[in-house]
Amino acid sequence: MNITLRVWRQANAASEGRMVTYQVQDVSEDMSFLEMLDLLNEDLTVKGEEPIAFDHDCREGICGMCGVVINGTAHGRGNSPVATTTCQLHMRSFSDGATIDVEPWRAGAFPVIKDLVVDRSAFDRIIQAGGYVSVNTGSAPDAHANAVGKLKADRAFDAATCIGCGACVAACPNHSGMLFTAAKITHLAMLPQGQPERHLRIKKMLATHDAEGFGGCTNIGECAAVCPKEIPFDTISQLNRDLIASLFKRDGK
Amino acid sequence: MTTTTKAADAKKLPGADYFTLGEPVADTKAPAGPIEQKWSKRKFEAKLVNPANRRKLTVIIVGTGLAGGAAAASLGEAGYNVLNFCYQDSPRRAHSIAAQGGINAAKNYRNDNDSTYRLFYDTVKGGDYRARETNVYRLAEVSANIIDQCVAQGVPFAREYGGLLDNRSFGGVQVQRTFYARGQTGQQLLIGAYQALERQVAAGTVKMYARHEMLELIVADGKARGIVTRDMVTGEIETYFADAVVLATGGYGNVFFLSTNAMGCNVTANWRAHRKGAYFANPCYTQIHPTCIPVHGETQSKLTLMSESLRNDGRIWVPKNAEDCGKDPREIAEEDRDYYLERIYPSFGNLVPRDIASRQAKNRCDEGRGVGPAVREFDDDGNEKMVRRGVYLDFSEAIARLGKDGVAARYGNLFDMYAQITGENPYETPMRIYPAVHYTMGGLWVDYDLSSNIPGLYVTGEANFSDHGANRLGASALMQGLADGYFVLPNTINDYLADALKFPKVDASHPAAIEALESVKGRIDKLLSINGSRTVDSFHKELGHIMWEYCGMERTEEGLKLAIAKIDELQAEFWKDVKVTGVNEDFNQTLERAGRVADFFELGRLMCVDALHRRESCGGHFRAESQTEDGEALRHDDEFLYAAAWEFTGTGEKPVLHKEDLVYEAIELKQRSYK
Amino acid sequence: MSLVATTTLTPHQSAVRSTVALKALMAVTGLLMIGFLLMHMFGNSKMFLGEESFNHYAEWLKVEMLYPLLPKGWFIWIFRAVMAAAIVLHIYSALTLWRRAKLASPATYEAKRRLAQTYSARTMRWGGIILAGLLIFHLAQFTVHATLVAGPFTGSPYQMVLSEFKIWWMVALYALWMVTVCMHIRHGFWSAFATLGANTSPKAQVVLNACAWAVALLLYIGFMVMPVAVLFGWIG
Repeated sequence: MNITLRVWRQANAASEGRMVTYQVQDVSEDMSFLEMLDLLNEDLTVKGEEPIAFDHDCREGICGMCGVVINGTAHGRGNSPVATTTCQLHMRSFSDGATIDVEPWRAGAFPVIKDLVVDRSAFDRIIQAGGYVSVNTGSAPDAHANAVGKLKADRAFDAATCIGCGACVAACPNHSGMLFTAAKITHLAMLPQGQPERHLRIKKMLATHDAEGFGGCTNIGECAAVCPKEIPFDTISQLNRDLIASLFKRDGK
Repeated sequence: MTTTTKAADAKKLPGADYFTLGEPVADTKAPAGPIEQKWSKRKFEAKLVNPANRRKLTVIIVGTGLAGGAAAASLGEAGYNVLNFCYQDSPRRAHSIAAQGGINAAKNYRNDNDSTYRLFYDTVKGGDYRARETNVYRLAEVSANIIDQCVAQGVPFAREYGGLLDNRSFGGVQVQRTFYARGQTGQQLLIGAYQALERQVAAGTVKMYARHEMLELIVADGKARGIVTRDMVTGEIETYFADAVVLATGGYGNVFFLSTNAMGCNVTANWRAHRKGAYFANPCYTQIHPTCIPVHGETQSKLTLMSESLRNDGRIWVPKNAEDCGKDPREIAEEDRDYYLERIYPSFGNLVPRDIASRQAKNRCDEGRGVGPAVREFDDDGNEKMVRRGVYLDFSEAIARLGKDGVAARYGNLFDMYAQITGENPYETPMRIYPAVHYTMGGLWVDYDLSSNIPGLYVTGEANFSDHGANRLGASALMQGLADGYFVLPNTINDYLADALKFPKVDASHPAAIEALESVKGRIDKLLSINGSRTVDSFHKELGHIMWEYCGMERTEEGLKLAIAKIDELQAEFWKDVKVTGVNEDFNQTLERAGRVADFFELGRLMCVDALHRRESCGGHFRAESQTEDGEALRHDDEFLYAAAWEFTGTGEKPVLHKEDLVYEAIELKQRSYK
Repeated sequence: MSLVATTTLTPHQSAVRSTVALKALMAVTGLLMIGFLLMHMFGNSKMFLGEESFNHYAEWLKVEMLYPLLPKGWFIWIFRAVMAAAIVLHIYSALTLWRRAKLASPATYEAKRRLAQTYSARTMRWGGIILAGLLIFHLAQFTVHATLVAGPFTGSPYQMVLSEFKIWWMVALYALWMVTVCMHIRHGFWSAFATLGANTSPKAQVVLNACAWAVALLLYIGFMVMPVAVLFGWIG
């Protein structure tokens, strides 16, 4: 296959970016999207040009490091038959001769570092605000001390599969980080271990979410539509319910 | 022992031209007494640090995976001042996240005769009697605490309808002791550790440095006192100082270029420490995982593992006749299929240990009975050949037995992953699998306290060599990482830190710090100034080919010697002809990779030397010269019952081998048999 | 009130000022208005029962409702105050969240493609402004009687409605306005319930969206049937 790529190039956070067009030849349909970028970068390097910077690590769809907007959808979800991360999108999803637009996540809370690389440390700070159970090492009771009903355990798990890639923010028209925040809220809210800190947790995590400059949620659903791990959209409603309930609690007053 | 007898001894060892023999090394920290009392005794005897003094002590931890993240969180909770580094953009991305299958723990929740001793026994046996008994026993001992800790953190392990934790049997053991979280156990455990870590970041006890890569160790007055890092966004070369340094930097499987490791996994932190004096133990012990998705072509950047739980229900076969290999597998009659694992190992069948399953797959493909697309390979003389590298993993029988939905419930996510990567539907045609490099048992040498031979330098998780011997059992990597991070290191490092308040202060003006900083800068300048014609990746791929061919599943003396020569040649070319674009003062991924590959050359060479000197087959290390008549691995306990700890003596100089004799008091040494 | 929660606030204070609390306010006020519209629609249908019935309804609404619990004429002012407050708070939270969203997205994509967004969701903000503008016209027309087109108010609400909706372009204008209103309700109804926590499962999402469609269509038909009937002379 031969592909025309239009890629966002931006030297650093302070400089202006622009779309640059490249031709990539001899692309195999078994290649992953990132391997196609590797191929282009090898070519650029030999020519003495700066290769395109993009984040990636595990290349098996679990670390959450990779993520670019492809043809207008995060992780190229619009081109993929199934939920996917960028590294698990394969070139067989494109046709020979296609023109593909590649852009970084765009959100105020995710400033561009270089080319397709953005700074997602705001997500870490949301977790720091309360996305944990306060249990010091060594102080845990026996694992069977608390039984957790299967349905709740499964719902906790569905939410816990979030990989923190940021696609939800990139796709959201409001650039809200609500699906990410809601995934953690729901994960811990479903488990007995998460109950003691439940009300304070949501107050603090949401305050940090807002302070980091993410937008509010308008229940449109773009986030869940691109989520590579299919975090349920209803986790956001869970977050809302918990927040409203917490307004009537004294925690964190 | 006099010098002359030592020299004579070294002569006897194979590959003696490539190294010299040094004094033996031994662990001095494990206390005497029965094995089940050693850990309690050690915890009691270790010196303590007054809680009020802890905040005055700084610990650097490199890596945020299970071993690093858990240690950083636990030491932060204890009150130490922790500086934690990772090369990714967030600590949550460490490659522990990719582990699928599960984590072992001797809980005996299944009432099936499991115990600490059995887990210990299985681990030592699985490691083919090349692990240190004391460390492994402790690992089994703390395993149950890990599950408690993780559940308390909210890790969503699989549960039964009644609300209690589910278990499964895993990786060639006959008890059900593996806890799991669908196919994402590593992810869930890592997120648990990450959350504990972020809690400490918020509390101010841990300072997190993401996108920082450690490029040098600072050893001042004989003690590890700091590191040199490169800020991967700005390119700034910085020094950080501490009272102790912990390396939790994972394995070095990426020396093979293609592996199941993340793209960024590298050996640089460990290798820099090795160059500063830390011994590197058993570098040749590499685990090759049998159930990976085969290579599709030359542009492939990594291999994807599928949980070996697939072998519980899938049957592995190749066509009996080479001429059937190109056919649609569904058209090959039952009697023309060779279920070779069931044939050769009737009692374990498809569940034989990883190394056996891997090697047998390679043998079938070498015989010309592999399946799938043929990929280009080169023989020793550089001649091109096309070989099919794959065997079938067939679920048709399981689908008939359990129904499609039953199979989907167990393996649905793995089947989806396979379909997404290969474009084939595994419910209809058999999967194709092939072994891939997965885990490295070797690593920096550590004692019972997880301290390297450099005082103040601790090594945890896959980065050390301690617990898995020559091969690792399935679901034990997560166990070791968390055992080291949560329970072992926080209880042993205080023995060292108790004296650290008396250490002289070390800062950027210390000659050792200046030397380390300048050497890092010099190396980066050198890489940027070569401006040759070949890309970093092209060198890395070529190195990977050499390693896979000669230091992979089957190793020979001739091949390893050839490999060493080829590596030397390639390394020389690298330093003359590599092309690194851009500048240091920028986000420069090419420069990052160049530095890592430069260290992989040196490591790869040492791996070959280690593999060459160990003329026996054990665990993941199979020497063709050492096999039984029917092709099984043959250990030589009389000659090789030791861990090989290698000392660096200078670039281009022969490494020095220090043997740590392995003493088995609690377990009887046996030749492994899975027939 | 600051847009962004600052560190000087307690967690509880931040929660009260959070985007979710604002959304909840928008949801409650929005649902209040939908409730009013349903009632309004029901009242309008009195037009089919003739002049006396409709005028009596109008009089009852303005003067006698909740009498003798409240003095005559009080209820309508309390009701108007509540509705006015709902509108103001609804618009306030909408504008605040809109501004936040603007601040959250400094750049737009060169290639843009939405996978889930509906047309009504996309037009909530500008659509909301347009429908608010027409609401002012509507109130000026039928409540204040300042912009009556067919002639001055004669004392009979029935006659007033009849003469205004005899004008074809007036009916067309209201038909268009109701499109904007009902589109707003189509997304708003679902969104309000989701914001208040009712979206508990993928199935609940389907049910809520179906209800949103039903309410939007009911309101559209319910509101438009009377003006159309007037225009074609089926009433009066």
